Amino acid sequence: MRGRENRNLLLMVAPAIIVGAAFFLLPLARLAVVGATGKLGLAAYTAVVTNPQYFEALASTIVLSVTVTVATLVIAGITGVFLERNHFFGREALISMLTLPLAFPGVVVGFMVIMLAGRTGLIGELTTYFGAGRLVFAYSIAGLFTGYIYFSIPRVILTIMAAAEKLDPALEEAAKSLGANPWRVIVDVILPALKPALIASGAVCFATSMGAFGTAFTLATDIKVLPIVIYTEFTLLANIALAAALSMVLGVITWATLAACRVAAGSTAAAAG
Amino acid sequence: MRRTPYFYLQLAFTLLVCSFLLVPVFMSIIAGLTENFFVGVKSGLTLRWIGVVWELYAPTIFRSMYIALATLAVTLVIGVPAAYVLAKRPGMMTRLVEEFLVLPVAIPGLAIALALIITYGGFRDFRTSWGFILVGHVLYTLPFMVRSVLAVLSSFNFQVLEESAASLGAGFWRRFFGIVLPNARSGIVAGALTVVTLSIGEFNLTWMMHTPETMTLPVGLADSYASMRLEIGSAYTLVFFVMIIPLLVALQRYGVQRTGTRKAA
Repeated sequence: MRGRENRNLLLMVAPAIIVGAAFFLLPLARLAVVGATGKLGLAAYTAVVTNPQYFEALASTIVLSVTVTVATLVIAGITGVFLERNHFFGREALISMLTLPLAFPGVVVGFMVIMLAGRTGLIGELTTYFGAGRLVFAYSIAGLFTGYIYFSIPRVILTIMAAAEKLDPALEEAAKSLGANPWRVIVDVILPALKPALIASGAVCFATSMGAFGTAFTLATDIKVLPIVIYTEFTLLANIALAAALSMVLGVITWATLAACRVAAGSTAAAAG
Repeated sequence: MRRTPYFYLQLAFTLLVCSFLLVPVFMSIIAGLTENFFVGVKSGLTLRWIGVVWELYAPTIFRSMYIALATLAVTLVIGVPAAYVLAKRPGMMTRLVEEFLVLPVAIPGLAIALALIITYGGFRDFRTSWGFILVGHVLYTLPFMVRSVLAVLSSFNFQVLEESAASLGAGFWRRFFGIVLPNARSGIVAGALTVVTLSIGEFNLTWMMHTPETMTLPVGLADSYASMRLEIGSAYTLVFFVMIIPLLVALQRYGVQRTGTRKAA
């Protein structure tokens, strides 16, 4: 009985493993090998630290991604819990609108930032109208930050709402009846219950920001994020080995973050259970 | 129901976030329908730019649609059962499998594309077919399907339900289709929503992997932003919006219905 079930389970997980092995693990192994077979050899892998240009790109990409993640969790956390909790006229429409940009490619998000903060953008028009001069920040690090938040919010909101749906309102009622003010309810009841979702979606948000390419590509900022450096090395300079090595380094950093966050989220869940 | 001040504060904040996301969308829609955006709406409204987009980019629109549907089909068939197995047998081994299946999220699309081109670029027929793009999209979206279903299955004890069904004589597959899938529905819906929307909008991988014959909508968008006038880029973006909004609304309604029936039950 048990043996037969195990066989069925193996049958169910096998296709995903085969696809992953053939089209992901094998190519990735090739990529790692190719990364070490360029002019620099294995030193291509340390170039991200030893070469000031690459190191600067790495540092600004990490700082940008961390800032975007924190800002997104706060914004999407407030909005997601609010929308899951409260039922009012127009709620569904609001949810649809908030999750709409989920489908926007990075290039479109870049275009949206140009609409807001570009040379003919709305923000520039407004600041000109109020006599503060034309504010244009689409092509700076602030433009990248705006774009990254733009594509992160819808994704995180979906996860937060799914988690908030499972919250037990009785716990909050109990806390309130015991005299807890709304702030204490948030800190002591809602946040601990949402913690696994916050950690998980925060990790995904960070990883997505680290690897984001389309937005920076459209905005063509003077701040070089790592994916743009990789693209330039590969396409324009035909430096395939270095592009491969930099991608591997970037991948290891984001994978390690995701793995660490999942361990943290997992132990929280275990502690709660 | 009585509303507290906190309610209105949160509502105001939510509306602010909403306008941050939507104002540029409306601006670009108007730009796509305006004779000359720099002059403004007073230059007149026109469908001329949409016509230009249709002439130049119609094949990319259909290609993106069928690639997204094919990606959804593949991720449903291989992703949902995999997520179930991971939830059913939590342990060292499945932890490793999960780690492996969600790994593509951690790797930038550029790098996956680079790896696929290095490894399979030599198979010319495959390299130039839309199947090559499909492989990239499946790799990229599969983790979202697995995660989404796994999150729902891990949030309640479905094994108890399964055991009671088993004690009533339900076999393995009957339990999977009759107990597990319906209970995982919110995760499957959220996962499907994510997969289709991410596939239609995928750029990072596709930009590197496409050939002129396998150009998708987002790749075409990048092309139009770089080489066409603003109105054409905006009109093309409008076509993209028109494509995904009905899909999003349909999926959203399906998700809401599920919540409604569950709460009623």
